[in-house]
Amino acid sequence: MSLIDVIILVVKILVVLHIFLIGAAYVVLLERKESAWIQNRVGPNRTGWRGSLQSFADVLKLVLKEDIVPSQANYAFHTLAPIISIAIAVAVWMVVPFADPFTIGGKEIVPTVAPDLNVSLLLLLALSSLGVYGITLAGWASNSKYSLLGGLRSAAQMISYELSMGLALIGMMLCVGTLNITQIVDAQAGTWLGILPRWNIFVQPLGFLIFLVAAFAETNRAPFDLAEAEPELVGGFHTEYTGLKFGLFFLAEYGNVILMSAVMSTLFFGGYHFPWVENLPFFKEHDVLRALLQFSALFIKTLFFIFFFIWVRWSIPRFRYDQLMNLGWRVMFPLALANTVITAIVVALLK
Amino acid sequence: MATKTVKTGTPARLTFWEKLYLPEIARGMGLTLKQMFQPKFTREYPEERYEPVGSYRGRPVLVQEDYGERCVACGLCSRVCPALAIEVQAAETTKEKERYPSLFEINMLRCIFCGFCEEVCPEEAIVMSKDYELVFEHPEDAIFGKDKLLVPVSKLQDRLEFLRQYKNQR
Repeated sequence: MSLIDVIILVVKILVVLHIFLIGAAYVVLLERKESAWIQNRVGPNRTGWRGSLQSFADVLKLVLKEDIVPSQANYAFHTLAPIISIAIAVAVWMVVPFADPFTIGGKEIVPTVAPDLNVSLLLLLALSSLGVYGITLAGWASNSKYSLLGGLRSAAQMISYELSMGLALIGMMLCVGTLNITQIVDAQAGTWLGILPRWNIFVQPLGFLIFLVAAFAETNRAPFDLAEAEPELVGGFHTEYTGLKFGLFFLAEYGNVILMSAVMSTLFFGGYHFPWVENLPFFKEHDVLRALLQFSALFIKTLFFIFFFIWVRWSIPRFRYDQLMNLGWRVMFPLALANTVITAIVVALLK
Repeated sequence: MATKTVKTGTPARLTFWEKLYLPEIARGMGLTLKQMFQPKFTREYPEERYEPVGSYRGRPVLVQEDYGERCVACGLCSRVCPALAIEVQAAETTKEKERYPSLFEINMLRCIFCGFCEEVCPEEAIVMSKDYELVFEHPEDAIFGKDKLLVPVSKLQDRLEFLRQYKNQR
């Protein structure tokens, strides 16, 4: 790897990191405004233009708060838990492709931090499974019964739904034939009969539904947010956290929301492909503009799913814990298995 | 005597579509989306202020006629105040109204806005105005003297009208 390659890699990492951090902060604002509009009120509208600087105010407030650690708690683990959460939330972004490769000054740039890994889908699933560690450690290290219970409930919920998530993705992988996310996105380019885009949702609708529900459970978002609901366990695993550590958990949760939205758009909705526009000859010549167009396509799709996450949060009542586990093991898992088996049979027959 | 059997309502069995839960989710989400386009109920304070009606008990003020304050410094309001917020000092004058308060102070940090002083006053000299915006930067600023308490009678017509209609019947 020459120096120029290293510089390009560092620039890509910095861009993704900044998109993540600023995006997560603005998703907080988006959630407040959207939940307010659903509830017939306006959200924050005093800081900045119509409240746009509220995210910075929130982050500043969290940074300036006192850092309180329970006296009997394990200080090392108490500090380590949010670090694990945020590190995992950021690290998974390395496999998300942002656009087709483009050339600047003779040098071809692939806008993915870790491009063309043959096992990138597996890496995605494995890294998102590591998120459980952060939560369990937080629950344990707080030295509080309720935090522990909240952390354990959260962890149990996450590992139950990871199974269905993986199986749904296997069904999709059988159709496409590869674990390489870049190739999965490439397989969704173009259209059928010139009208319908070749998105995976039309190929695997049940798989998408299972993945959607599992994504809600993975990110601890409503209606699966029992572990952190206020009337339930105060704050669940993050009760004993203040200041920047709480800010990191907060950021990691919204980062996971953005990640799941981006992954859903990438795997089932065609990723960065803009269905009918991007094959125009104008864009074949100006590939930097095409890259920007594709990046904006991914951005719009991700934004729609983030809106969807927040919309669902304020529409559906919370699941009780036993209902949640019942759904995960007795409904989602058999459905995902059935989906995989039927997909395998159909794919084998069509060969 | 015949006993009456009452049949308690048994819950209906859920239909297939209801058990699926997804159509119900879609209905719920449609409702929430519709709410986003309904008018908002937020009052944009301070651009949109709330103007109270006549029966509202704001801060107590001294009624000021063209000859000065109506108050004769009898001290009844000071005695009846449950929070001991009012301090009155009477003095003599050669005008037609011989008594007047040389010192009249209300500690707004103690005042509980109950309206007893207004009820007990024989001269209707102290009334509860509509003012609810009280902000102090120092606790010393909260002791209102006569300068801050005197309000011309023309501005208190709503309250005086309310008192005349509802409270002064006895």
